Amino acid sequence: MLIRPKAGILDPQGVAVERALPALGFSGVANVNVGRLVELDLEDPEQLQAMCEKLLANPLVEDYEVQLLEESGHAGGNGRGS
Amino acid sequence: MKFGVLQFPGSCDEVDALQAARRVGDAELLWHGDESLQGVDAIVIPGGFSYGDYLRAGAIARFAPAMESVIAFAADGGLVLGICNGFQVLCEARLLPGALLVNANRRFTCRQVELEVVNGDTPFTRACTAGTRLSIPAKHSWGRFHAEQRTLQAIEDGGQVVLRYAPGHNFNGSARDIAGVCNERGNVFGLMPHPEHAIDELTGGSADGIKIFESMRTALEGARA
Repeated sequence: MLIRPKAGILDPQGVAVERALPALGFSGVANVNVGRLVELDLEDPEQLQAMCEKLLANPLVEDYEVQLLEESGHAGGNGRGS
Repeated sequence: MKFGVLQFPGSCDEVDALQAARRVGDAELLWHGDESLQGVDAIVIPGGFSYGDYLRAGAIARFAPAMESVIAFAADGGLVLGICNGFQVLCEARLLPGALLVNANRRFTCRQVELEVVNGDTPFTRACTAGTRLSIPAKHSWGRFHAEQRTLQAIEDGGQVVLRYAPGHNFNGSARDIAGVCNERGNVFGLMPHPEHAIDELTGGSADGIKIFESMRTALEGARA
């Protein structure tokens, strides 16, 4: 699950990173947002959305995106929520 | 009357909360793993870092066995006060509107703040009147109150904005300078600053915080009479 701040909500961590990059000589960087990645193994992928809504993300302030990988590691589908 | 102060692993302000509650009534500690609220008359969820604040502040604490009882207690009209981390827990539990985000200044900040009472007609502020100033310490990294515009308007219109940071004191970047909100019914209240740390001029910078606890006592006594 990729969880990121909703668009339009100030992300101070992203702002700090955005200011740090030019100091290292990287130019043309904009709209930096820092989210988080939750990796897990589970038997029933149907549960993922409820997990995100109830605990892993706060839908009031965060968007999440689910990426489903089969055991082989290939992407088996994905979905978005907000 | 008796206050119950709910302790999680990682709570750190439960002792001061007990002290403050004992200035106005009886108080005992409740443990997060117990479903029973021991028949207390009001709940205080103190500050700290419940469950390490992992994931998001308050996110995991919200599912503690005691919280299910607190949610039922609130649904019955019981008074619930959430301070700092307690406020975050109440927002995560959807007992209060909005969410608390990382401070706009990105820093943990500890300072005395001036607050203005916006609604002096709640069970938590009736020892004050609208416009009363309270001087209370705040200490947090995640205290920026956020809600959607329509939610902000609804809580303003509904008198749910109970406290605001006075001009120049909104160090965390909270929407509309909001420092404390209550639910629609008015029996659940959360604030980021710490009234339990301001019950004695010697250590708290003021004794203004006791007004919150006095208000709760008055409200409960009124309900009994």
